[in-house]
Amino acid sequence: MTTISECIRQTSSARARVEAAFEKAAAHEHYHALLSLTKERALERADAVDRGDITGRLAGVPFVVKDNFLAFGAPTTAASKMLENFTAPLQATAVERLEAEGAICIGKANLDAFAHGGSTENSAFGPTLNAVDTTKVAGGSSGGSAVVTALDIVSFALGTDTGGSIRQPASFNGVVGVKPTYGTVSRYGVVAMASSTDTIGCFAHTTADAALIMDIMAGQDERDMTTLPNFFAPTTNVTAGQKIGLIRESMSDDVDSEVRARMNEYVAKLRAAGHTIDEVDLPMLTHSLAMYYIIVPAEVSSNLARYDGIRYGYRAEGVQTLAELYGKTRDQGFVTENKRRIMIGSFVLSSGYFDAYYLQAQKARTLLINAYNELFKNYDVLLSPVSPTPAFGLGENTADPIKMYLADIMTVPPSLAGLPAISVPAGVTAAGLPVGVQLIGPRKSDAALLALAGSLEDQA
Amino acid sequence: MISDEILNKYDITIGIECHVQLATATKLFSGADNDARDKSPNSVVSPIDFGLPGMLPVLNREAVNLAIKAGKALNAPIAQVSRFDRKHYFYPDLPKGYQTTQMYHPIILAGHIDAPLEDGTTIRVGIHHAHMEEDAGKLTHYGDYSLVDLNRAGTPLIEIVSDPDIHSAAGAKAYATELHHLMTYAGVTRGDLYHGNMRFDVNVSVALKGATELGTRAEVKNLNSFRSVEKAAEYEFRRQVQRLESGEAIVQETRGWDDTKQVTNSQRSKEDAQDYRYMPDADIPPIVLSSEEIETIQATVPILPPEYRAKWQTLDVDRSVIDALLSVQAYAELVTAIQEQSGDAITKRVANWFASALGGKDEENLATEVTLPTRDDLVELATMTADNQLSSTAAKEIFVDLTRGATNPRAIAEQKNLLQVSDEGAIIAIVEEVLADPTSAKAIEDIKNGNDKVIGFLVGQVMKQSQGKANPALAQKLIRERL
Repeated sequence: MTTISECIRQTSSARARVEAAFEKAAAHEHYHALLSLTKERALERADAVDRGDITGRLAGVPFVVKDNFLAFGAPTTAASKMLENFTAPLQATAVERLEAEGAICIGKANLDAFAHGGSTENSAFGPTLNAVDTTKVAGGSSGGSAVVTALDIVSFALGTDTGGSIRQPASFNGVVGVKPTYGTVSRYGVVAMASSTDTIGCFAHTTADAALIMDIMAGQDERDMTTLPNFFAPTTNVTAGQKIGLIRESMSDDVDSEVRARMNEYVAKLRAAGHTIDEVDLPMLTHSLAMYYIIVPAEVSSNLARYDGIRYGYRAEGVQTLAELYGKTRDQGFVTENKRRIMIGSFVLSSGYFDAYYLQAQKARTLLINAYNELFKNYDVLLSPVSPTPAFGLGENTADPIKMYLADIMTVPPSLAGLPAISVPAGVTAAGLPVGVQLIGPRKSDAALLALAGSLEDQA
Repeated sequence: MISDEILNKYDITIGIECHVQLATATKLFSGADNDARDKSPNSVVSPIDFGLPGMLPVLNREAVNLAIKAGKALNAPIAQVSRFDRKHYFYPDLPKGYQTTQMYHPIILAGHIDAPLEDGTTIRVGIHHAHMEEDAGKLTHYGDYSLVDLNRAGTPLIEIVSDPDIHSAAGAKAYATELHHLMTYAGVTRGDLYHGNMRFDVNVSVALKGATELGTRAEVKNLNSFRSVEKAAEYEFRRQVQRLESGEAIVQETRGWDDTKQVTNSQRSKEDAQDYRYMPDADIPPIVLSSEEIETIQATVPILPPEYRAKWQTLDVDRSVIDALLSVQAYAELVTAIQEQSGDAITKRVANWFASALGGKDEENLATEVTLPTRDDLVELATMTADNQLSSTAAKEIFVDLTRGATNPRAIAEQKNLLQVSDEGAIIAIVEEVLADPTSAKAIEDIKNGNDKVIGFLVGQVMKQSQGKANPALAQKLIRERL
């Protein structure tokens, strides 16, 4: 595993670093983690770094972005036929900020189309294979970004997390994944999924690297009204004797026994480090999926309305009427999971159902937020597994969307509450599959969470 | 034709929704130029207006400020917290697949306006609420294809929704006119009706007089002149009464106005109404306003038409004069400044000049560039007239010169030789000459026999001899003294 500082130290030039990354990408092509490479632009930027024209904390460090970030050098497809040939005329704020520090985007990572899914099997261009076991899923929706990091093609990669899309693939592939406080990083230039829970985060090998990347990306952006003034301050200071709550509902018998075993080991390490761990109740956890799969599809149905074949992107051919143009374009351009969410979302927003579903879910969401606030009166951090199971087999859940949704149960609640949550490696199963632990903190405690996890990293 | 007798059995009830384009420099959620007039298609469209993936709205604070000003003109409180929602439907002129609007928490709460009618009375019309929203683009159809122009997409609007308080077509016109006055005076909109800066949707229902419930309404959409508002309401009244009289029900529907044929046409019925699937827009945080902010912004609203009318009450001029003054905000400001400085008598003269020289001929006035005279020149002109140095005809002539860029009324009067002679000696000479003239003998005789009107003939002769410069009142006095 190559950290960012090692990456900079080990290689003589930016060009050598970027070329090495492309070589590694080529050697791992069969994982299908990358949808495109930005060779020309990446090498140009590398040469500019070597000439000293581009400087910064990440000068010449290659990285990968999930292919729902608008970025130069390759199309922005969102892993969908709808945007297969879409070339972005501008770049996402997150990409711009990393480039301003000299980082070099070398390619765009696979995802579930429009980030809908938890396995990257919903990509219109085929699934990504798990970095540890190629018979298993990469997780998702940011599966490609997790895998390119785990395979050490790059030191870090960007992802988006709406209900677990960074944390779950991070845990499935054994890397660090950060879903920040809602509003930490600008969503400008990132294909929208669900506006009220979409966050921009990253994958890295260490919590320190993740903190550096978040520090660079974080902060207010006048182009995204929901961004918060920068609060993110990387630190290695860990408050001694923290009170940590292990969410009881996340450790039930439904959760894989090996996952629970790794959790208990992590708890033991925290105790050994002088922290106090209590089991705490979060009964709202069990209702979270119901809320999530109302609110998120509602927002999805709205955010995907713009893909109509009129101005850009895929357009069905051989149509006679406007209704046919819309219908066929959207039928052919979206994958099944996109259409499922659009239909659920349209239904829950329909006249006569809005109050019963959407508003009710929003009220429940407030109760969930209140429940977290109550817990954070007494606890600094909450703990749970990232996923009830390690990476599942390719094709195992594709026929059963409900089973697929259930895999999100641990990651969805912090998303609904806008809380920071990170996924850090916590060992492997007997079969060698990585298990991740999720640390959840109050709003804006992102850096503290990373520091706490970082303090246990060496022992991991 | 339906008889007045039958029409008189019914009451008409009208509620109006008005879309007002806000006079901001940029669009509601993007930095694109908000003035799409005479621009080539799709030339003022940003990635946000275009609905590109990953684009987010950035609320234009100037638009919010204009809405706050509109609230003052509508006598309506401003919500301290308001929000945006998404209204979903598919149409090629709607780039995001939804219109960003305020369904649940509008910025302007209930208020009212008072609209003066032609007959001098006033109707009070309740404002149910007014909300901010973005405009859609424009679609032009050609045979088997259509073209989309997104220049107007994202233009900030406020939609002002009235209560169903209007009960005549004339009232509908008066409401629309007054709304236009209020919104332009408050600086909320450029108010260019030709370019659709204000568009009216008129909801009309009829019911037998004394009925306790309103009838089913039809909505005539997209009217862009006061006259068409009145005509459409009038047409709907007759159409609906006719239907009811012949035993047919009124269909709740959207209708369009055919300005050439002066009729409304059915466009779509309620059954075809779409489910807009409204939902809160999570990309835009709530607009939170303190009372201080609201007050500060509203303090910048200039004097509005109702206040001008009140100020001008003491001028004792016709309704038509008031309307002429109000037709251009600069006239109203100028006349009021004169009133404050020089009093009602002087102001009344000025007001009447504005009305007779510039009022009521909008088309002509649009053609000729009007220069606004200075306050000092107008006061001098009015003073000279009051002092009998100018005849009313000469004064008006000079006024017209002033509106075409000339200055200094005294200099104009001297140059054009329009000053009246009020020197008694000079006029006496002329009077005596006229009275001595044999052609005046008949008139003198008639006056002596009691036909006093004929004195006008003699005054006229004096004016003629003096080449119009004699003060007619003085001339008459001198004639009388000599008869």
